[in-house]
Amino acid sequence: MNAIAEKYKTVKIDDVKVWFKAAHVNDFPEDGGACVKYKDLQIAVFNFKRLNSWFACQNLSPEKEEMVLSRGMIGDHKGIPMVACPLHKKTFSLETGENLNGELEPIAIYPVKIEEENVYIGFSE
Amino acid sequence: MKHIIVVGNGMVGYKFCEKFVQKSEFKNFKITVFGEEPRPAYDRVHLSEFFENQDAKALEMAPAEWYADNNIDLITGERVSDISRQDKTIKTAKDREFSYDYLVLATGSSPFVPPIKGVEKEGVFVYRTIEDLEGMLAYAAKLKAEKPNAKAAVLGGGLLGLEAGKAVMDMGLEPHIVEFASKLMPRQLDLRSSQVLQLKLESIGLNIHLSKATNQILGNGSVVGLEFGEDDVLDVDMLIISAGIRPRDELGKNSGLEVGVRGGIVVNDKMQTSDEHIYAIGEIALYNQMIYGLVAPGYDMAGVAVEQIIGSTEVVMPADIDMSTKLKLIGVDVASFGEPFMPASKGHSIIFENKTQHLYKRINVSHDGKKLLGGILVGDASTYNMLHQIYLNGMAIPEDPSQLILPASDGASSFGDVTDLPDEAQVCSCESVTKGQICSAIENGEATDVAGVVSCTKAGTGCGGCKPMVADLTNATLKALGIEVKEGVCEHFELSRQDLYKIIQVKGYTKFNEVLDNHGTGGHGCELCKPLIASLMASINADTANKEYAIQDSNDRFLANIQRNGTYSVVPRVPGGEITPDKLIALGEIAKKYDLYTKVTGGVRIDLFGATLKQLPLIWKDLISHGFESGHAYGKSLRTVKTCVGSTWCRYGMAESVSFGIELENRYRGIRAPHKIKGGVSGCIRECAEARGKDFGLIAVEGGWNLYLGGNGGATPRHAELFAEQIDNETVIKYLDRYLMFYMRTAKPLQRTAAWQERLEGGLDYLKEVIIDDKLGIVEDLENEMQTLVNKFECEWTQAVNNPEMMKRFNHFVNSEEEDDNLVFVPMREQKMPEPWN
Ligand code: SRM
Ligand SMILES: Cc1cc2nc3c(=O)[nH]c(=O)nc-3n(C[C@H](O)[C@H](O)[C@H](O)COP(=O)(O)OP(=O)(O)OC[C@H]3O[C@@H](n4cnc5c(N)ncnc54)[C@H](O)[C@@H]3O)c2cc1C
Ligand code: SF4
Ligand code: FES
Repeated sequence: MNAIAEKYKTVKIDDVKVWFKAAHVNDFPEDGGACVKYKDLQIAVFNFKRLNSWFACQNLSPEKEEMVLSRGMIGDHKGIPMVACPLHKKTFSLETGENLNGELEPIAIYPVKIEEENVYIGFSE
Repeated sequence: MKHIIVVGNGMVGYKFCEKFVQKSEFKNFKITVFGEEPRPAYDRVHLSEFFENQDAKALEMAPAEWYADNNIDLITGERVSDISRQDKTIKTAKDREFSYDYLVLATGSSPFVPPIKGVEKEGVFVYRTIEDLEGMLAYAAKLKAEKPNAKAAVLGGGLLGLEAGKAVMDMGLEPHIVEFASKLMPRQLDLRSSQVLQLKLESIGLNIHLSKATNQILGNGSVVGLEFGEDDVLDVDMLIISAGIRPRDELGKNSGLEVGVRGGIVVNDKMQTSDEHIYAIGEIALYNQMIYGLVAPGYDMAGVAVEQIIGSTEVVMPADIDMSTKLKLIGVDVASFGEPFMPASKGHSIIFENKTQHLYKRINVSHDGKKLLGGILVGDASTYNMLHQIYLNGMAIPEDPSQLILPASDGASSFGDVTDLPDEAQVCSCESVTKGQICSAIENGEATDVAGVVSCTKAGTGCGGCKPMVADLTNATLKALGIEVKEGVCEHFELSRQDLYKIIQVKGYTKFNEVLDNHGTGGHGCELCKPLIASLMASINADTANKEYAIQDSNDRFLANIQRNGTYSVVPRVPGGEITPDKLIALGEIAKKYDLYTKVTGGVRIDLFGATLKQLPLIWKDLISHGFESGHAYGKSLRTVKTCVGSTWCRYGMAESVSFGIELENRYRGIRAPHKIKGGVSGCIRECAEARGKDFGLIAVEGGWNLYLGGNGGATPRHAELFAEQIDNETVIKYLDRYLMFYMRTAKPLQRTAAWQERLEGGLDYLKEVIIDDKLGIVEDLENEMQTLVNKFECEWTQAVNNPEMMKRFNHFVNSEEEDDNLVFVPMREQKMPEPWN
């Protein structure tokens, strides 16, 4: 793994130190995603309207290390909420980050909360 | 607890472990595996796929955790260097010692490198491991950066050499094959079939040099050429040696096991070497005085060794081993089975040859005409699986055996279907799965579809050659059980595309969620059903991709084709390929302004690459102000109608091909279909527009146009079929409206017209009945539906740049105006390209 992938580490809700206010809920398409910049990180944030939940993960696709996951399509595989990378349709669980149709490294997942119609992402630093 | 040491973690060594852990006796054993390579066993048979994605993990037979989970100690990157048979111990290159009760040698083989002067030079490679391929890729990249037309040769024109030749081509180097014998694939093909194969390979760009003995590899440090004779030199910048294999029998030799004169450790039918505690399996084992360079016999050997060790001593290796093979080059069909060359004393041969179509088929039949003994297929191996089965199972053949290879005049198949095979017929030879096993997996409910059969029987997980047959068998068995064969588009819909089309049309749905909630199986959709339903709603309602953009395929979502590094390409429409100098200048200026890489596409228009998400709408604003509109290069919709210059300029032209091409392109632009659609219009039979390679093609003749339908380039090229002759412009449009609409209503997802037409029951005649004779009474509807789509056309880029709400999606970040900081471009010739993937 090279340096840029190493910057992304899953943050558990208990480890959140900073709730970063990213944008207004309307800035994200329903059942789709957009990308948020936090320090030198790129985070893909998804408004999973059908589940009434929000998910966040690294924008970096671990397959080819390109910043594209926020542009992927979301949905579910056997009930697991997932995002499909727009480059080669590798799918990742939005709950655990696990690669569902291959053996790629899992992606990092971040907690999201909504307060007063604003989207916050949880970081540990 | 007995300890087994397996030396070699290749395909066969792995298979030994896999078969062992399935045995209940495994609890009484402990397995330790040593592998010299740095990674766990991988699928060497599909090694060439590494060129496509450089994804070593995808090739793994099982991940490292699998061994741990099954209580097997896997030690990679450590070679076994010695065996001490008296003490029953081995020593490794790291000087560690281990003792064994049974030793299994699965050390495989290494490429044979002939002792030619200069083989040590830089740029000389062999083709066996992932490391070999990584080395080649790096070297090829370096060569290409230094010179645009670098060449590479493969030494050896056998099965593997040809595969390597294709790899060279895919790496973008000029490929040359050098063979010592006077024919290609000397072990599998006779002279005539090899000549046909040669023509075929030359037609796709491989350069072939036969009867060439290489005396010397030239170059000062690195390769620059091969010398055959004094004045006979081939300039090449890289060389891949594929001159056969040599078993890695060092351990056997050093420890005094019996080895063959030409190498290989001698085994009996129990896979035992001359030491009863030591077994040898796979490409190291010399059985019946032969080394079998294929996985299937190796897997069988692994199975026999497992049975022997657990005490089922009656399981032994059969004396006859099937060496039938199919070459797995894309676009080139070659197969041989049974006895490909047969002396006249044993039977007679029937040969069918058509050099212009690169076809050669030979079957060898017993003197009494009852049995198929073997054969060769070049150019079309679609009947290989069936012929192979007839041969393996000694099935009866038609009274006139030539029917097995001659193109049937009535289109009917001359041999029965898969259900006629006996139950014991081995359908998957890699995994030894019989027809009976496949059928019973379905009959007893273990599997309900092809994926299920593959996962519970393992059929098709080896070379994959048997997959079409596994699918046919599965579907036939399901049908026989009265189970409807599911054509559902994905786990969220059990309905086929055709059913969904009807439902959306009748119910008038306009939102993905309406369709999913009313007709889905639950869940939230996925990357298969979302774009499909988006496309259906667009086909029916003339929606553009701006509608509900989050369900659009990723390219449609941003109205551009995503490129390797996440930037996009921009392709404005240039109907018929006709463009004014002013528009050409505008394209050039816009490309310069945004620093875009430009090239002329294979579809006769201009592609501008390297636009960031944020730049897309800016570029399009400029383009639109110069009169351009979307070219839909990203959509499953009409791409281009390629034209030749035609009668306006050309001295042979019979009609105005450009004018008509423009009219057709403007008529069908923007319409969403199951897959992309391309057209071509040529002004005379010289066919400069390659119209017969397109979904629809027109060729001007005396008295009107000849209309051809269902052509395709791409991976499975097919010429379009002649549908109507000497018709006028108006009739062409009428037929095309009906044809395209009928295709849009009934094809499967992502099925081009060629594949759809080929599978249409009743074929071209049926199509004529529907479209010309109106057998189904639908042509009026089809024409009206098409006319509605034509009338409602709107350029989706114009729509997007004029709507601030739609423009929001073209930002890399929602909370910052910055661009993606991960983008790196490098210079290439006078332009730029994304940094290569490593
Ligand atoms: C740009 C272009 C290559 C070029 O630089 O010349 C091209 C580029 C791509 N082609 Fe093509 N094809 C291009 C002409 C062709 C042609 C030639 C032609 O149109 O006459 C063919 C063979 C003819 C045919 O389609 O039958 C062709 C057969 C394919 C295929 C195989 C289709 C098939 O049925 O087998 C694919 C794969 C697919 O669509 O599933 C493909 C897919 C692609 C994709 C979309 C691959 C991808 O997923 O990224 C490429 C992206 C386009 C982009 O980024 O803009 N491209 N592609 C050509 C664009 C033409 C245009 O102006 O729109
Ligand atoms: C490009 C390519 C395409 C092919 N295509 C086909 C095909 O289409 N169909 C087909 O049937 N076959 C094909 N083959 C052949 C097939 O891959 C082999 O038959 C098969 O891999 C043999 O398996 P094996 O385990 O005996 O040997 P290998 O897979 O070579 O494994 C032997 C392993 O043992 C290791 N080893 C050797 N000595 C030692 C030692 N002393 N200590 C520790 N480890 C050691 C080696 O490093 C190696 O990893 C192809 C081969 C190649 C290279
Ligand atoms: S197809 Fe005919 S009209 Fe067109 S360029 Fe060729 S020769 Fe001329
Ligand atoms: S025959 Fe090779 S995978 Fe089935």
